Amino acid sequence: MEANILDRIQFTFTVTYHYLFPMLTMGLAPLIVIFKTLAIYKKDEKWNEVARFWGKIFGITFLFGVVTGIPMEFQFGTNWAAFSKFAGGVIGQTLAMEGTFAFFLESAFIGLFLFGEKRLGQIGHWVAAFLIFVGTWLSGWFIIATNAWMQHPVGYEVAQDGSVQLTSFWSLVLNEWAVYEYMHNMGGALVVGSFAVSALGAFYVLSKKKAEYGKMFLKVGVVAGIVASVWMLFPSGDLQGRMIAKHQPVTLAAMEGLFDTQHGAPLVLIGQPDMEKQRLDNAIHVPNMLSFITYQRWDAQVRGLNEFPKDQHPDNIPLLYYSFHIMVGLGTIFIGVMAISAFWLWRGWLFDSNWLLWILMLSFPFPFIANTVGWMVAELGRQPWLVYGLFRTEHGHSPMVSSGNVLFTLLGFFGMYTVLSLLYIFLILRRIEHGADELGSSPENAGGAN
Amino acid sequence: METIWFIIVAFMLVCYVILDGFDIGTGIIHFFVGRDERQRAAVIRSIGPIWDGNEVWLLATGGTLYFAFPQLYAAGFSGFYLPLIMVLWLLILRAAGIELRHQLDNHLWTSFWDFVFSLASILLAIFFGAALGNVIRGVPLDATGYFFEPLFTDWTTGGQTGILDWFTVLSGVVAFVALAVHGANYVALKTEGEINARARKVVSVGWYALVLSTIVSLAAVINVRPQLLDNYYSLPIGWLIPIFVLAALAALKYFNGKGNEKMAFIASSVYLAMMLGGAVYGLYPNVLPALDPAYSLTIHNSKAGAYGLSVGLIWWPIGIIIALGYFTFLFRTFKGKVAVDEPH
Repeated sequence: MEANILDRIQFTFTVTYHYLFPMLTMGLAPLIVIFKTLAIYKKDEKWNEVARFWGKIFGITFLFGVVTGIPMEFQFGTNWAAFSKFAGGVIGQTLAMEGTFAFFLESAFIGLFLFGEKRLGQIGHWVAAFLIFVGTWLSGWFIIATNAWMQHPVGYEVAQDGSVQLTSFWSLVLNEWAVYEYMHNMGGALVVGSFAVSALGAFYVLSKKKAEYGKMFLKVGVVAGIVASVWMLFPSGDLQGRMIAKHQPVTLAAMEGLFDTQHGAPLVLIGQPDMEKQRLDNAIHVPNMLSFITYQRWDAQVRGLNEFPKDQHPDNIPLLYYSFHIMVGLGTIFIGVMAISAFWLWRGWLFDSNWLLWILMLSFPFPFIANTVGWMVAELGRQPWLVYGLFRTEHGHSPMVSSGNVLFTLLGFFGMYTVLSLLYIFLILRRIEHGADELGSSPENAGGAN
Repeated sequence: METIWFIIVAFMLVCYVILDGFDIGTGIIHFFVGRDERQRAAVIRSIGPIWDGNEVWLLATGGTLYFAFPQLYAAGFSGFYLPLIMVLWLLILRAAGIELRHQLDNHLWTSFWDFVFSLASILLAIFFGAALGNVIRGVPLDATGYFFEPLFTDWTTGGQTGILDWFTVLSGVVAFVALAVHGANYVALKTEGEINARARKVVSVGWYALVLSTIVSLAAVINVRPQLLDNYYSLPIGWLIPIFVLAALAALKYFNGKGNEKMAFIASSVYLAMMLGGAVYGLYPNVLPALDPAYSLTIHNSKAGAYGLSVGLIWWPIGIIIALGYFTFLFRTFKGKVAVDEPH
């Protein structure tokens, strides 16, 4: 295999794996602030125990996020040297700011939150939780701003040596694309966090173990879950989609499986792209809907793949198409599950409705899948460009690093991350087991971290 | 302006080496100072709440390097491909070692992770030392602006060089000794009783090894890259650096003998800062010297655009002042000694 392909596989693998952890920590961070706020506002030690319980899960997950995150920064240099030479003058800005403004904040206060409750006092502990939330979400902003620049480059000029250099700091940091991508991405993280909290709550209620705490998890998880799930469709998903329609029309056509330009284009629900015959097999669609959601007119013209030269097409259209449809399909289901759960919670039926608790308990992996395929839409949709319209992916890898060396490290990452996965699962299961014993036990455990 | 960024990156690197250096050093001496599981638990607890904050300095330094000198980042990181990826794996293993050992109350489990933590720390020290050695020796950059080094070739410093040769291995050994002593100072500062006594023993015995390796490495540097002295001759104030190195060594011996753990720790921090500072002073304005000087990467040919760098001069000082504030608060919160049987 060529080095470029292996470099892509390695980056895809390591970033996909890495992001499983931040999507949970960024989703849990605001919920922990809510737990902590409830503890102080209601003067109820039980909410403090809940905050501590999720703080520990946050801590383990954060650690895995850090150790799998360092390879991401390094790979810009090790595997993507040509890309870094080209774009370092712009994206170095946001990556360096992430280190300076977000990482220090997060890492300092995670230690204080986990180990320092006694020394900080309750208000200090709340502040630590809040600053962790700020840090993780700030970190998200800088990464999104970096990605947004690659999707929709702004505020740069091409220098004499062919590299790009920044000309406007604020255009980079407040890129319009970044605003919508951030709204959508952080909502996605909150979906992950709220489903995780709800699922564990449902587990405790169903297994009749610490049911009291399970109910507390469910109350916060379901309320946050319905807000976040709806937010993903509207406004954030809608706005993100319009950005793609405006700036990456060929990507929109590929996502929707629209091979030919149409007036009053249909919205495809299910169907299989047939690349050989350039059509969609077994399509089930809603007539005119795509035109409407894209341009708010039922008969608007939507450009199909046939309008664009082949060398501009994303290089894996079926995977892009499926990723998008899985994301939208799951997102719709999330709204349904959370809407019913929220209504049942409001009516006071939720804790006795075993069928619904079972659904909530088993649903927690799906937001991880939805976030992952969502990122696949963004990144596959950007192809064949590394920087949209400016720099093609095939030119980005390190020219001196041979494919054999990349394969060596790729296999190493496979092995290393397999071990990490086993450890993470073991640790979390253990937390769920032991956490249950600690909940409701004597408050003198406060400030001790395990 | 690129000179300012050169100093900033060097400053951040020094911070990283001092801070994460004592975590690594703690790992190196882990089995020596912690003779049973309870003692090793106390050793781990001494770095428990702060080690990941220290490691973040590596990320922040890398980010700043990428921002200020993208050409260097691209050429250097791809050229040192294999060792850098191995450093990543070692960092993962070290993190696992520190954080997993206390998760199960089982003898085999804790012993295994203690071993992983210690081995990863030892290898990290040697890798980092060897990396610095590579930069000082120079790398085979050519007209394309890239190079690639295999892990080893014929162990000489000329011709087709490898990551490891006699000089870079020597640099690795120096780093190993220096970080072991630095870590021992930290452990002494944070512990009491037997662990404390053994850590101070490491310092007092390690001191001789440190003096010896300092002298040998200085001689080797002058042999391998005599040009490093040019800046010292043209701007003699630089000679203060080796004087500080000697002063730090003397202070380390003095304060360790006196039992003043805090000052001894500061002395070994100053030693590390000055050793790195001395190398950086000699390298300037090179950031990655080539074996053929025509292809050397300097701050001038590897820097980012002027506008981007000037914007950074606004946000960087703000960010770093805030960050120093957090760390001061963090270290003050967890100041004091850890006891052997304290629950964690």
